[in-house]
Amino acid sequence: MSAEFDITETLDVKGASCPMPVVKTKSAIDDLADGEVLEVLATDSGSMSDIDGWASGTEGVELVEQEEGDDAYKHYVRKTE
Amino acid sequence: MSTDTPAAPDDDAPSRAELAARVDELEDALAEATSEDDAKKMSIIATKGTLDMAYPPLILASTAAAFGYDVTVFHTFWGLEILHEERSKNLKLSSVGNPNMPVPNAVAALPGMDRVTTKMMEKKIADNDTASIEELLETSLEMGVEFQACQMTIDLMDYDEDDFYDGVTTGVGAATALRDMADADIQLLV
Repeated sequence: MSAEFDITETLDVKGASCPMPVVKTKSAIDDLADGEVLEVLATDSGSMSDIDGWASGTEGVELVEQEEGDDAYKHYVRKTE
Repeated sequence: MSTDTPAAPDDDAPSRAELAARVDELEDALAEATSEDDAKKMSIIATKGTLDMAYPPLILASTAAAFGYDVTVFHTFWGLEILHEERSKNLKLSSVGNPNMPVPNAVAALPGMDRVTTKMMEKKIADNDTASIEELLETSLEMGVEFQACQMTIDLMDYDEDDFYDGVTTGVGAATALRDMADADIQLLV
């Protein structure tokens, strides 16, 4: 991973399926401060599209990067504003 | 035209005072409109109480809450089962009338078959780590979703207000649902 940002927290939602990856990501991002980045690890293949859709439709968050890892889909979401 | 504005010319032109009052009125209306919470709103009417049909309103409600929407879900008729603390844990899947079931209707209609198909679905849900109805409901409540139980159906089914999950709104009817729908950006009947 090209580490151009620091990861503040990691949320492991491996095994969970829709809608929990998005719902838990939202709850976790609420606990961060502006500018901090949340790493989300998921096994739900729908999470690639869902986290992207959620981030683009939601105020105060920005999808920094997504990556298909060996054992998990990795999402990096920054809290903005 | 009233006689207490003698300075005004005798056409229908408003007086200066009337114009000033109108400007004040419009400024108040504008302030109210712009200060209003600008969160998007979703209103769902949940009418079904089978295990499969309990999922869509809860999944959409919790996801919309994650988007920051104000969400209300109005539960009426069999949709009330989803909010019933005890009955929501025993929602059934009908084995008849669903051509996607792996058994023909003639077999599906046999006594006990609903229990079999429900068990099959419950196992799939558990194996797949899909959230339970209770989990989705509790999560949605925590996220601020407003669940409303139709009072008419509560009376019809002879339920008690205490039968429902903590946080469920009772004592509401169609007019409440309609007001929410009129206000909402997204309205769904499930």
